[in-house]
Amino acid sequence: MLDFGVVLSNFKFLIVQGFLGVGSFGGGTLRLAIPAIVLGFLLGIFIGLARLANVAWIRFPATIYVEFFRGVPLVMVIFWFWFIIPQLLQLPIPEYGVALTAFVIFEAAYFGEIVRAGVQSVPRGQAEAATAVGLRGSQTLRFVVLPQALRNMIPSLVTQIIVLFKDTSLASIIGYVDLTKAAQIVNNREIRPFELYLFIAVVYWICTYSMSRYARRLERRLAHA
Amino acid sequence: MRGRWRGVKYDFDWSVLWSGESGGWLLQGILTTLEISALAWLLAVALGILSGAMRTVPFAPLRAIATFYVEFFRNVPILVWMFFWYFGVPPLLPHAIRDWLFNHGAEFWAGMFALGVYHGARMSEVIRSGIQSIPKTQFEASMAMGLTVWQAYWLVIVPVALRLIVPPATNESLNLLKNSSVALTISVAELTFQTRQIETYTAKAIEALTAGTLIYLVLCVSIAIIMARIERRFAIPGLIARVGAG
Repeated sequence: MLDFGVVLSNFKFLIVQGFLGVGSFGGGTLRLAIPAIVLGFLLGIFIGLARLANVAWIRFPATIYVEFFRGVPLVMVIFWFWFIIPQLLQLPIPEYGVALTAFVIFEAAYFGEIVRAGVQSVPRGQAEAATAVGLRGSQTLRFVVLPQALRNMIPSLVTQIIVLFKDTSLASIIGYVDLTKAAQIVNNREIRPFELYLFIAVVYWICTYSMSRYARRLERRLAHA
Repeated sequence: MRGRWRGVKYDFDWSVLWSGESGGWLLQGILTTLEISALAWLLAVALGILSGAMRTVPFAPLRAIATFYVEFFRNVPILVWMFFWYFGVPPLLPHAIRDWLFNHGAEFWAGMFALGVYHGARMSEVIRSGIQSIPKTQFEASMAMGLTVWQAYWLVIVPVALRLIVPPATNESLNLLKNSSVALTISVAELTFQTRQIETYTAKAIEALTAGTLIYLVLCVSIAIIMARIERRFAIPGLIARVGAG
């Protein structure tokens, strides 16, 4: 009854097209996940630091930003960008652009909270000492506070990266051909839902589980350092 | 009302939210979202307590089963689980059960199950970290007083752990509520689905999405406020109730 041959015969489409994003459809889980993680984290650093700013008019908008996006489902945010960006720019935007923008802006709120917690975990004396030896504010941040904060952030950072990686599957809702959409396309032809969805579950699992294993190793190594 | 920005025209018409059937759709959406989330939450908490406790017991086979459940189910996207439970599993069920399911809102039950099983695995980690933060001597003392392992967990360890984990469990419950929006992919008529429906019928995307977004914000904030009160009520004096979510 079950026939996992369907996975083998469509293996190339699922992995090369759906997972990697090489092929006529564009798409690709990795092609979306990697820039989303990098850009989302970079924006998150600014948001996190803004939440710690001494000036209220910087701190306040950042707080609103974080609380807003953490109270709304990602699906909703994706739909917002799907409707709004083309209307504002008056051009058709490919699904890739819409999905990437939505992910970066949404996940930056979560990354921002992690950065904030990380910076707050660095003892105040460190920044004071840096100022005392004559570093400027930006130098203190770059050479003293952020490197230590980053180390403390690693566990929650990896957790969030895994969450984001899984979330990229939601880009398939607006028609972006990632691994999930690729499985749907194959399933429309083959009608083998159990085998196909179980297979992509395993592919996602291999990625996320190896990330979390690597993170655990990294944590242990850093704890000794 | 007419907005203009960089030559972009958009005619706002907020009345689409209450004229025609929209109001009823939104209300239906809210109810379905709450219903699917509440049922899934019960399933998630039950699975979470069971597997979270199992991961700490001194018996390897039970630990292995629970570890497999947690590590497999929480590391795969919820959307894939929705498709799996809705499209993948029913064809393998006996005819009678399948017919019954499709006559009784199969998408709702598949969505509820997907949410519950996925968040049960995530809840499990929260509960495990709560249990592991309880000093081992509590368990040893229970054993010394002659309780069985089951009694020690049910009467001593789990009740204390549940009181410790209110903040991360709240966070996880809100994640569940937000993730219930993914059920629109298997056409459960929850809030996001109804928002889309209003958009389809009225072509007023901004109004519809604003309504949906605000409703989610209100739901999340109200739950957070209620849980903060519960946290204060059940906090154990002398214990700082801050346990990291796995």
